[in-house]
Amino acid sequence: MLRFIVLRLLQTIPVLFIVATVTFFMVRSVPGGPFDSEKSAAPEIRKQLEDYYGLNQPLWRQYTDYMVRLCKGDLGPSMKYTNRTVREMIMETFPVSMRLGLMALSIALVFGITAGVIAALKPNSFIDYFASSISILGICVPTFVTGPLLVLVFALNLRWFNASGLFETSDYVLPAVALGFAYAAYVSRMTRGGMLEIMNQDFIRTARAKGASETRVVLRHALRGGLLPVVSFLGPATAGIMTGSFVIESIFQIPGIGRHFVTSVFNRDHTMVIGTALFFATLLVLLNLLVDVILVWLNPKLKLQ
Amino acid sequence: MPVTDIPVPFVDPLEQAEEGTSLWKDAWHRMKKNRMAFLSTLLLGAMVVFCVFGPFLSPYTYDQINEDAAGTIRYAEPPNARNWFGTDKLGRDQLTRIMYGGRVSLAVGMCATLVSLTIGVLYGAISGFVGGKLDNVMMRFVEILAALPFTVFVILLMVYFGRSLLLIFAAIGAVEWLTMARIVRGQVMSLRKTEFIEAAFALGLSRRRIILRHMLPNVLGPVMVYTTLTIPAVMLLEAFLSFLGLGVQAPMSSWGSMIKDGAEVMEEFWWMLIIPGTFLSATLFCLNFLGDGLRDALDPKASKD
Repeated sequence: MLRFIVLRLLQTIPVLFIVATVTFFMVRSVPGGPFDSEKSAAPEIRKQLEDYYGLNQPLWRQYTDYMVRLCKGDLGPSMKYTNRTVREMIMETFPVSMRLGLMALSIALVFGITAGVIAALKPNSFIDYFASSISILGICVPTFVTGPLLVLVFALNLRWFNASGLFETSDYVLPAVALGFAYAAYVSRMTRGGMLEIMNQDFIRTARAKGASETRVVLRHALRGGLLPVVSFLGPATAGIMTGSFVIESIFQIPGIGRHFVTSVFNRDHTMVIGTALFFATLLVLLNLLVDVILVWLNPKLKLQ
Repeated sequence: MPVTDIPVPFVDPLEQAEEGTSLWKDAWHRMKKNRMAFLSTLLLGAMVVFCVFGPFLSPYTYDQINEDAAGTIRYAEPPNARNWFGTDKLGRDQLTRIMYGGRVSLAVGMCATLVSLTIGVLYGAISGFVGGKLDNVMMRFVEILAALPFTVFVILLMVYFGRSLLLIFAAIGAVEWLTMARIVRGQVMSLRKTEFIEAAFALGLSRRRIILRHMLPNVLGPVMVYTTLTIPAVMLLEAFLSFLGLGVQAPMSSWGSMIKDGAEVMEEFWWMLIIPGTFLSATLFCLNFLGDGLRDALDPKASKD
């Protein structure tokens, strides 16, 4: 077990290295630089800025410099926000997105699993069609439709919540629902699929034959196996949901990390693009590892290798 | 085990008089019984006809600004007899813009899916068929691509290639093939171990014939299912890019860009958000139900009732 985890952790190093390299050269190959939009910048100032960030050096030199610093754990200074480091900005915005993401994920899991199980217990019944329709709706309606609609109904008309900003606990509700709805849809479809497959297995029949109540059969015997697809989905999903959403953050005016993924590319903020990319990749790899461990714990037939 | 050790049972072709129902016949039978999937297919067909032929019947063009007899611009009118879906904030007919936007959104969905289908199937088939070291390298590559933050990747491609519609297709397709490759690889790998493929090898059939005649039909099911699920994913992505302002160029419309414009003014002019939102969601809804229906129909494990 420990050996498996250590091995997997070692394997992530080349992956992160390649992600950093690819992103580095991808960003550099895009036309335009980080200081293009500063109209006031006189040529001398601009040159000073470029000297400061090492942009006048040959590309390979910039690359090795960056990689050496990276190995020391330094993500460098942001090229757009002067006097801010990339690490600072990530550390400042990530907790906000994480909190919101975890709330959204809880909503997604509670509603998704419930709907999925109910649909799977009576396949092709009215309630199955109803639950499936709602869940497909969650996949089909983009967050930039659900977000504004939620604001329109619950904030502007009913006045239950604030329309935007993040000051009170209740401010988390609308964005978390908008974000969680889409994920709930995926969770419920996967739960339905997994449960349908499990409920046909012999050990379920055995459990029933031995007189276990239907509730016990479902909750105690079937759910453990039926949720396997959901658990494997949780790796990428958690990484995605915790790194925020540009759409949700711009609709609800939330100071999360999601917008940095998009704006840094528009700003040509090279260090920030690579920093966020690396951050996401690290999170994804670690969560996938965690998911693999949980999968083995849930399904002893699998082995860690 | 050497392949030659397997006794090939002699089958007299004349004895095979009893005709088994093929997978496709069964699938078609099951598909017809799934009312939701059938209805979705009809609705999708109607949507395509509406978008492709609608503009020929419309008295307006997508960029025509409507004026009344006195010459004032009739902007932001709610749905009425002259403009069934109202006009947008520049006074253009919404119905016509929906039809043109539908062409763009559907075309993006189809073309990008085609690109991802081609890359994904070829990549997955090669990886799974050759196996060994090559497979290992190819799959690592997929993992690394999956770890790159998707939005950054797409935005970089868009920024780099400019905003040509054709390149949007290519860029989106180039990012969306990862799952397809994984699915095809898994299928091909498990097929390679089956007895009928081994028998085909033993009979001395050429690789080409084995792949085309024996493997392809067996991979086609999951590929078709996943294709119908890729189209909505791609259409959502196009909408997201439009939301970022990277989509089609004004005055051309796409459903995504109309939703974006609508979301900005939803407080006063709800129909600008609701109508394009409904069209996009309804199309994605049908595609998802079609995909689900195909999956149920093509699942060989499903009972033959």
